[in-house]
Amino acid sequence: MEKSKLIEMYKTMQLIRLIEQRINDEYKYDEIKTPIHLSIGQEAVAAGVCIHLRKDDYIFGTHRSHAQYIAKGGDIKKMIAELYLRKTGCARGRGGSMHLVDPDVGILGSSAIVGGSIPLGTGTALASKLMNNDRVTVVFFGDGAVDEGTFHESLNFAALKKLPVVYVCENNFYAINSHQLSRQVGDNIYKWAQNYGMPGFRIDGNDVLEVSDYAQKAISRCRRGEGPTFLECLTYRWKGHIGTVDDVGDGYRPREEYDYWVSKCPIKWFSEFLKDTGVLTDEHIKNIDQEIYDLIDEAFNYAQNSPKPSPDELLNFVYAD
Amino acid sequence: MPWTTVQVEKLDNFFIKGDSTGDRVLTYRDALHEAFDQSMERDTKVFIMGEGVDDIAGVFGTTKGLKEKYGSNRVFDTPIAENSLTGIAAGAAMAGLRPVFIHARMDFLLLSLDQLVNHASKWCYMFGGKVKVPLVVRTISARGWGSGAQHSQCIQGMLMNVPGLKIVAPATPYDAKGLMVSAIIDNNPVLFVEHRWLHKTTGNVPKEMYSIPIGKGVIRREGEDITIVAVSYMLVEALKAAEKLQESGISAEIVDLRTLKPFDEEILLESVAKTGRLLIADTGCKTGSVASEIAAFAAEKAFHLLKKPVKRVCCPDTPTPTSDVLEKAFYPGDEHIFNVAMNLVKK
Ligand SMILES: Cc1ncc(C[n+]2csc(CCOP(=O)(O)OP(=O)(O)O)c2C)c(N)n1
Ligand SMILES: [Mg+2]
Repeated sequence: MEKSKLIEMYKTMQLIRLIEQRINDEYKYDEIKTPIHLSIGQEAVAAGVCIHLRKDDYIFGTHRSHAQYIAKGGDIKKMIAELYLRKTGCARGRGGSMHLVDPDVGILGSSAIVGGSIPLGTGTALASKLMNNDRVTVVFFGDGAVDEGTFHESLNFAALKKLPVVYVCENNFYAINSHQLSRQVGDNIYKWAQNYGMPGFRIDGNDVLEVSDYAQKAISRCRRGEGPTFLECLTYRWKGHIGTVDDVGDGYRPREEYDYWVSKCPIKWFSEFLKDTGVLTDEHIKNIDQEIYDLIDEAFNYAQNSPKPSPDELLNFVYAD
Repeated sequence: MPWTTVQVEKLDNFFIKGDSTGDRVLTYRDALHEAFDQSMERDTKVFIMGEGVDDIAGVFGTTKGLKEKYGSNRVFDTPIAENSLTGIAAGAAMAGLRPVFIHARMDFLLLSLDQLVNHASKWCYMFGGKVKVPLVVRTISARGWGSGAQHSQCIQGMLMNVPGLKIVAPATPYDAKGLMVSAIIDNNPVLFVEHRWLHKTTGNVPKEMYSIPIGKGVIRREGEDITIVAVSYMLVEALKAAEKLQESGISAEIVDLRTLKPFDEEILLESVAKTGRLLIADTGCKTGSVASEIAAFAAEKAFHLLKKPVKRVCCPDTPTPTSDVLEKAFYPGDEHIFNVAMNLVKK
């Protein structure tokens, strides 16, 4: 992979991490009046996949879609403004954290209904096929969405019609407090895809190089008109399901499990790799991080100083013109 | 009338008459928990299923510890598959069990409408009464803190249009317990509508098992000038509004239907006969709401009793906004009820 792309992926992951941490730190001031689902620990999946997408490709996400929005190139200022529910937010304060949108870069909106966006992303892929263009759709969702009928019905349809869609399951093993094994027999998510008639792989979702490698092949396959691919990316969320709480120990997730995954930090691993291979030096990394901090400061300033919507706008946008 | 002096009628032999005169105070949440606990204790056919029902949070505390007490056959977590699980619960009900299926948000109920509407609710009629579906579907509507368009809906109005489905919406701890007991022993699909903002409310709840008949409303506060029918959480707002109206010299009668379908027509007619004015406050969007149905009923059956047009106080016909400013504009509260009521009683 070219050096510039490697650096790009590092930047994306670090941008996600630092934005999420800043949101985490700001949340206690009660100005972000929306439920948040942080992606800390899961950065490599969105970064490794989106690096291969064009601006006009589509993505769809879930309640936990800060990472995907950022990786696809969604406007950061508008994202933070949306979390602050400002008029300048990407959804003009109508959506909040769970409903990010930026049509300019192919983000048509994330759904907070589990499994809700899988058919929608299958539909944009259908449109690409019917309109005979080579735009690819990536649908991101969690292991929980695999429980839903929409997952199965959509995969079947996409395989049947050979649609240009890549299904990316971020398997962090939990849906709120429910472990995957209390909802599914065995751990065989990627095999569903194989049975529906598309290539399905299980990969290390904390290894951005592996994610990127598989995503590149899947996306090229879509562009060649050869149909969908399924990637089950094993990863882990560090924070609790919702908000800024932790959910480790005491009837929640086991401490050893959590510690193991934190030791597999996708960013720590990748930055070591970049240094070992001479792509980046500590100095470079420091500079990149500083740029990111500045960007984040700018976005938070913008958001905090933006106006809120006014009550008389309540009825706007119920219907399109 | 205080919540605790509601007259309880016996529905069938299982029923234990409630004694609500005690001074035992419970939250709505704990009252529900007690209803489950006692129903499961009494009848081994009762079981609870749903996302997270057996986890440490236990659906806002309402099912906490029940797995430990009754075992994981009777209290179990489910995959996130609302539609099929509704059907699975309905099938278990057809086979003679009494499932309680829980959605942590009413929004998720929308995924299960095929099994609920096309199947569970139709089954008794479609097969000439030969198969019954004693199923309880419990849903909780959220509100506030940017819950947004997909996590705050109150769609009970939409479901008024489903023949074969009973809908209850208790607003007090006493009713929550008594109506849950009734819903579980009812031989039909019952949709149990809760509002998250009610879970913390407290009231007197007897320790003994008791039931409240489905289809029976109650007068929460007697009055002469205007009838306010309040659905679910809107009861709290209506009671506050009635206090303020009192200060302005207006006596409002508050009717809590408790059951939305079939609702207590008599109590409505009696109240409107007395006041001649009707305001209905519902938690859902206006068009096609429970308020709409009650208004239509009043137009048909109480036209001659009304001195003024019926008024509905509901959310506007827009998806719930996430913005705090817009949320505030979106939800009607006691002030809104007060203003509309003032206008209605104005000479
Ligand atoms: C249809 C539906 N059912 C239930 C929920 C409640 N819910 C919100 S997030 C969530 C867990 C989702 O888990 P997963 O898909 O693995 O995503 P993760 O949170 O792990 O990223 C659930 C059950 C919902 N939003 N939508
Ligand atoms: Mg998950």
